[in-house]
Amino acid sequence: MPAVQETVDRVRQIDVDQYRYGFETIIESEKAPKGLSEDTVRFISAKKNEPEWMLEWRLEAFRRWLTMEEPTWARVNYPKIDYQDLYYYSAPKKKALASLDEVDPEILKTYEKLGIPLREQEMLAGVVRPEGERRVAVDAVFDSVSVATTFQAELKAAGVIFMPISEAIREHPDLVKKYLGTVVPTSDNYFATLNSAVFSDGSFVYVPPGVKCPMELSTYFRINERNTGQFERTLIIADKGAYVSYLEGCTAPQRDENQLHAAVVELVTHDDAEIKYSTVQNWYPGNSEGKGGIYNFVTKRGDCRGKNSKISWTQVETGSAITWKYPSCILRGDNSRGEFYSIAISNGYQQVDSGTKMIHLGKNTTSRIISKGIAAGVSQNTYRGLVTAHRKATGARNFTACDSLLIGDKCGAHTVPYIEAKNSSALFEHEATTSKISEDMLFYCVQRGLSQEEAVALVVNGFVKDVLQQLPMEFAVEAQKLISISLEGSVG
Amino acid sequence: MTALLEVKGLKVQVEDNEILHGLDLTVNQGEVHAIMGPNGSGKSTLSHVIAGKPGYDVTAGEILFKGEDVLEMAPDERAAKGVFLAFQYPVEIPGVTTMNFLRTALNAQRKARGEAELLVPDFLKKVRSVADSLNIPMDMLKRGVNVGFSGGEKKRNEILQMALFQPSLCILDEMDSGLDIDALRVAADGVNVLRSKDRAMVVITHYQRLLNYIVPDFVHVMSKGRVVKSGGKELALELEESGYAQFEDKAA
Repeated sequence: MPAVQETVDRVRQIDVDQYRYGFETIIESEKAPKGLSEDTVRFISAKKNEPEWMLEWRLEAFRRWLTMEEPTWARVNYPKIDYQDLYYYSAPKKKALASLDEVDPEILKTYEKLGIPLREQEMLAGVVRPEGERRVAVDAVFDSVSVATTFQAELKAAGVIFMPISEAIREHPDLVKKYLGTVVPTSDNYFATLNSAVFSDGSFVYVPPGVKCPMELSTYFRINERNTGQFERTLIIADKGAYVSYLEGCTAPQRDENQLHAAVVELVTHDDAEIKYSTVQNWYPGNSEGKGGIYNFVTKRGDCRGKNSKISWTQVETGSAITWKYPSCILRGDNSRGEFYSIAISNGYQQVDSGTKMIHLGKNTTSRIISKGIAAGVSQNTYRGLVTAHRKATGARNFTACDSLLIGDKCGAHTVPYIEAKNSSALFEHEATTSKISEDMLFYCVQRGLSQEEAVALVVNGFVKDVLQQLPMEFAVEAQKLISISLEGSVG
Repeated sequence: MTALLEVKGLKVQVEDNEILHGLDLTVNQGEVHAIMGPNGSGKSTLSHVIAGKPGYDVTAGEILFKGEDVLEMAPDERAAKGVFLAFQYPVEIPGVTTMNFLRTALNAQRKARGEAELLVPDFLKKVRSVADSLNIPMDMLKRGVNVGFSGGEKKRNEILQMALFQPSLCILDEMDSGLDIDALRVAADGVNVLRSKDRAMVVITHYQRLLNYIVPDFVHVMSKGRVVKSGGKELALELEESGYAQFEDKAA
């Protein structure tokens, strides 16, 4: 596995805190006044030139949010968030970009540093691509706004709409109105409601009937500004018989204070459609003493609305100080299928409470959950999952496998499955294991010539293999490296 | 000529318990040494300390390998220099195919020695020929390392690695444990093929039985953390008849 060596080499180049995306981009930005009020909501809506109905939608959410309580049931601890001490909108100065050339070069440099290709036209013009190499269209979200979306023309030719959601609200209001908030209603939960009020940007994807999206779509989220929350909103619709694979990546600068990220992602599949959604979440996790890091409170849900439709979530969670995230599937259409593949890694002082919900409503719906939790350092790693079958969901099937791996003796892994079958024909299986990387396992590897770091990387990569296989190729390689980097220093 | 392995006055503790009380052993290239002794005599401790397993405190003495101080080296460094330990109980590593493991390990060793990594086709050719000679089907190598392997398969996998890495010192820790007579014969044949004038072996065993198949040049009897008697291969047969009891008294 050459990737192992590469990983170790990379790890060596990284400083003590090991986070390689911790740099800050110095650009001028325009912010909303600090704090949250109706005025903030109006400010954001006005910045986005939104129609009246959108503003009303936001305000309704905001008023509801005021009546809600922050949830406390997750196994995470953090000081109370002062919602009035945050900026809710921050955008790089410079407006109305006609082409990529007008994007602040500092921002382009940032994405270059992160390894995200935005300048696809150069590649198209100059470089001959090897046969069969896959291309990825990217939407780059910098703080509160989308700065660039690539491959627009080619996607348009295929009939696929891929654009910042702020643009979609103006250009495709009917589609947005029809779907926004139908999977995660504005009243859903504290963080989703907050997001509904103040979301600033995110991606919108619509794949028309019968179209297989010609390339992977990807959004890259970057929080740069200090004291700024990022509230992105993503809405993806696969119409009848359509298919799309979507990738999401996230990073943030290294800062001493905590930053809030509260996103909402909604997916809708109609008859025979499929959405594959992959995330590599690498927000800044805080330093080795647990200072700083992103609070990641995210609501992700897919609705298999049509029969024979399918939604598949794959996530690799390595960053964030706190993760509160349960990508879920509502299996409404008969014979629909939901999948959740997860690798959640916690090191240092990270706290992860993540899992999924599979809600079986239609007949003969099936779901599969494969969760791999890896805890190191003094971190806490919880899998929380819900599998339910409605009275009418005859023939529902679920298979769940939750495996936890502990590295060292100061961390914790917890599994909290909720299983509820309201009809007698449902068949749910749950398997759970907890294991430790044993000294014997590591010694066996080093006796064969692997260094301690290579040995840990090898064992962990073996542990997460089932999930890595679900990721698109390029992502899988990246994820594999990321996993090793996240665990650097975890074994004495 | 420098001895391949020289253990001098070795004292080893585990959590304040002294296990080895000043052990001496010299192994030259091309020799096969058997170390016999009852349970708890320190045989496995010796093999672990030579290979560098954590958890042992060396309080006195030294171990020289090709004249170099092994105790100063990390275990992977020792492996790259040619120290190989065939484990009594090889561990399972789920999700990592044996093939991948072999290639990662071999290339790590080559890299440490400043040699070029082996390209996949060359590697495959090499593995195939070694596996064939040990009666290991290639399908077995596609499975997770030792996962679901029978006792015999695990031991053959150890010998496969030995053959692949071509170490100059092979330590076989209780290779016969858990093997029936047929599996033992296959494993021993694999080891015998690897005997050469450039390679030494230290065969650790409880029973004389194994030494019928791997015939040693020298036999050492260990008791209570010391070598209490050394001799030729006939010493093993002598032990088989009279048992370890005579040495227990001697060591006490």
